[in-house]
Amino acid sequence: MRALKRFLLALALGCALPLAPQLACAADANALGLKAGVFDPPRQAPDFTLRGSDGKELKLSSFRGKLVVLEFGYTSCVDVCPVSLAMLAQARKQLGALAEQVQVIYVTVDPERDTPERMKRYLGAFDPAILGGSGTPEQLARVRRDYGISANKKVIGPGKDDYVIGHSSYLYFIDRKGSLRALLPFGRTANDVAHDAAILLKN
Amino acid sequence: MKLSRRVWSVACLVLLAAILAPLAWAALAPIALDSHDELFAIPKGTWARRMAGDKVEILPSEVHLTQGANDVLLLRNLDDVPQIFGPVLIMPGQSFRLPFETVSVNDFACTAHASGQMRVVVDAMPAPGWPRLRWRLQRIDFLKRFNLSWKN
Repeated sequence: MRALKRFLLALALGCALPLAPQLACAADANALGLKAGVFDPPRQAPDFTLRGSDGKELKLSSFRGKLVVLEFGYTSCVDVCPVSLAMLAQARKQLGALAEQVQVIYVTVDPERDTPERMKRYLGAFDPAILGGSGTPEQLARVRRDYGISANKKVIGPGKDDYVIGHSSYLYFIDRKGSLRALLPFGRTANDVAHDAAILLKN
Repeated sequence: MKLSRRVWSVACLVLLAAILAPLAWAALAPIALDSHDELFAIPKGTWARRMAGDKVEILPSEVHLTQGANDVLLLRNLDDVPQIFGPVLIMPGQSFRLPFETVSVNDFACTAHASGQMRVVVDAMPAPGWPRLRWRLQRIDFLKRFNLSWKN
């Protein structure tokens, strides 16, 4: 009888173990109570190396150990980006001491105008801790493709700089291990960002 | 055998009650779904069908969710290739679960649609009466159109 019990227990464990990672992921995605959209299972965030607005190399994977909030935009954006960056600066204030463990990275979709120097000036007006990333058009196109970001240039005048760029405006949350965990669409509040950042820093 | 007038009256009343009772239930019963998830899945082979010129509609250009009922958009890629699905790039076998907490209109860029845009409208919970009855009737139609189950 005891042998039969052991056999049944081993059989049950044998069946359940292969499913454990999937079950854990599903439970994880639902149980955390994030305001953002959650990827299940999470995948490794595609790495990239760009020129940082601080003048140094900006390599995503070098931020392992921190929570990265990744955004795409451009400094000439008049509607979406200023709202989003101001909101992110507010969220970082709400996080208090935890803000040191959160790195906001703002990757440009406008390499022609957004030099690292220009990005530093622009981002500094919101929060000097926000890092900008620029690069060649090819480098940036590759990053956008890897993250599913669209950016469409629309000419609005005769001048070289007379254009606007319609772009996806999401915040990607990349956890301490480099996994792409969540995405928050434009329009959510600083409370939502601070809420999710605090959860993802612990999980 | 001739039925009396009284029996006919009772039979009519029973028939009327049988018709009205479900309508009354649909108009008055609180809306409580098994899950808040509104699931849309890209079936396996979709990419191949698209490449072959088949225009596959998986996701409507306007999705209506109801706050407190089905207020979570769940997108699942069952195909073999990464897909831009709604607002996001989703890997094969991966899901994306986006909750909505407020009544709102949300526009997303979406390359899967000819318009390049997808709209998610989050409606308020319909009030008892005609709004709730209409919600249930529309939902039946919507679920049929996208081959979804009521439990979604």
